[in-house]
Amino acid sequence: MSNGSAPLAATRKAVSRSRPKGVAIGRMQLAAWHIAILAVVFGVWYALTTPGIVDAAYANRIAFFFGRPLQVVKVVIDWFVSGKIYPHLAITLWETLLAFAIGSVMGLGVGLWLALSPTASAIAEPYITAMNAMPRVILAPIFAVWFGLGVLSKVALGVTLVFFIVFFNVYQGVKEVSPVVLANARMLGASRQQLLRSIYLPSATSWVFSSLHTSVGMAFVGAVVGEYLGSAKGVGYLILQAEGVFDINTVIAGIVVLTIFALLLDFVVTKIEARLLVWRPRTAQTESL
Amino acid sequence: MASAAPAQARARALAFERVTCAFAGKGGERYTAVSDTSFVVGDGEFVSVVGPTGCGKSTLLNVAAGLLAPSSGRALVDGEPLSGINRRAGYMFQADALMPWRSALGNVSAGLQFRGMARDAAAARAREWLARVGLAGFENRYPHQLSGGMRKRVALAQMLILDPGILLMDEPFSALDIQTRQLMENELLELWSSNRKSVLFITHDLEEAISLSDRVVVLSAGPGTHPIGEFAIDLPRPRDVAEIRLSPRFVELHEAIWHVLKSEVLKGYAQGKR
Ligand SMILES: Nc1ncnc2c1ncn2[C@@H]1O[C@H](COP(=O)(O)OP(=O)(O)OP(=O)(O)O)[C@@H](O)[C@H]1O
Ligand SMILES: [Mg+2]
Repeated sequence: MSNGSAPLAATRKAVSRSRPKGVAIGRMQLAAWHIAILAVVFGVWYALTTPGIVDAAYANRIAFFFGRPLQVVKVVIDWFVSGKIYPHLAITLWETLLAFAIGSVMGLGVGLWLALSPTASAIAEPYITAMNAMPRVILAPIFAVWFGLGVLSKVALGVTLVFFIVFFNVYQGVKEVSPVVLANARMLGASRQQLLRSIYLPSATSWVFSSLHTSVGMAFVGAVVGEYLGSAKGVGYLILQAEGVFDINTVIAGIVVLTIFALLLDFVVTKIEARLLVWRPRTAQTESL
Repeated sequence: MASAAPAQARARALAFERVTCAFAGKGGERYTAVSDTSFVVGDGEFVSVVGPTGCGKSTLLNVAAGLLAPSSGRALVDGEPLSGINRRAGYMFQADALMPWRSALGNVSAGLQFRGMARDAAAARAREWLARVGLAGFENRYPHQLSGGMRKRVALAQMLILDPGILLMDEPFSALDIQTRQLMENELLELWSSNRKSVLFITHDLEEAISLSDRVVVLSAGPGTHPIGEFAIDLPRPRDVAEIRLSPRFVELHEAIWHVLKSEVLKGYAQGKR
């Protein structure tokens, strides 16, 4: 249910401020470790790709495959300073948001419908299972044919990825509604529609929210993979273009930008989630003084 | 003063007529939880049902609420056969039934909102009711932030705010400590005597049953549970639940009912162990 890995959960505004649960070192030490590991990776990368530290023939060959850290950083800075990256980022973000929104609404609608109608769900079941089992990324070329090389084909790919995550969570959410809570609402006079609004929907959306990290991530994957497989704009397109001319530094710069961007998205999702799921019981709840 | 008038003389708020409830058990065999049960709750009468654990008390209450259709027999509400939800009744469930995604205030005001009352008006009424059950200041807490006893009190307010004519209460106070419990019992009695609701009250605390009720119905151990005794409680009202327990008549009644109940409790316990 929860998607946050333990160390991530610690950097989220955890209840205990000084020391994440179960971690034997303090917050400052933890940050020191994080930075140290990053520094070591960059150091080794730099050393192995710099002629003079390593034999020049080797260094150049390694740089051909892995790029050079300083040049990667230079490309990234250049992108942001010149502003060249922004339209591409905006497109990728737009595709991600559209895919997420459309996929979520569809998943919510179909999930509610099938969960509340046993007959429809029995009929649809084998198809849902088959479509979920299918490696859906392979649909990208078909979507390119159907929807062209613009935003739509990427959104379509993202939707197929998001839809199933949301769908299964909504389905589960409706099935997991406590029969007593449901009976209580009926005794309080809720009509069928009110049950849908006040019981099934909140229960289902809580499951959707708990899968928010996964579904936003999937929407992002759909957008980038779609761009990479054929497009005229977006960060995936930048990577594709650079790869065409064996500009490995730019490829890696693109990956770095995507990673930072994904982290930012995840951070925003965490904030939204905390806001929307205040009613959810969590394990550690006491405020440390 | 005494309200132990024979139930037959009153109008009937609620009546069970030869109610039998059988459940499909594991392996296809049927388990008859309640068998051929008839009794009535008069208009404005406070009736308690006691019986060993697992005998079918909650099942009977579900039938009265219209949540469970009996396998045979029927329930009557105001003389009319019940079909679908019992709209006249409020039900306080044995298990936690609050909506976890609504605050205490949201839970208490839910019923009014379902009836179409504006949000603000419903919230104002809910605030009053939360204060009445001693939870002023806890309006914005979610159920998981309340103690078990507090949740019970929220559930009580949630039911009473709708002013139902019939109260169905399934061990409502069993999660409370003895002091709070007696406070709530007195509060319930006061409320009941001011507008005479008909109450069907389930408990396995015999003292609670006697101190609150006009009549106590004793159920046999399952399977095939049915009433094996009915006792009119002729203690004077108004009562204070703590004081009434000391009166000689209370002790007498307790002895008489316990005499019937004891063997059933032992039977029920033996069945549970098997
Ligand atoms: N939905 C069901 N399916 C199968 N058996 C059931 C079902 N509901 C209740 N029973 C059985 O019926 C019997 C009576 O259950 P019930 O919940 O009414 O007991 P109870 O008298 O309320 O017990 P307690 O005092 O412990 O709450 C039990 O043996 C239980 O196992
Ligand atoms: Mg019960």
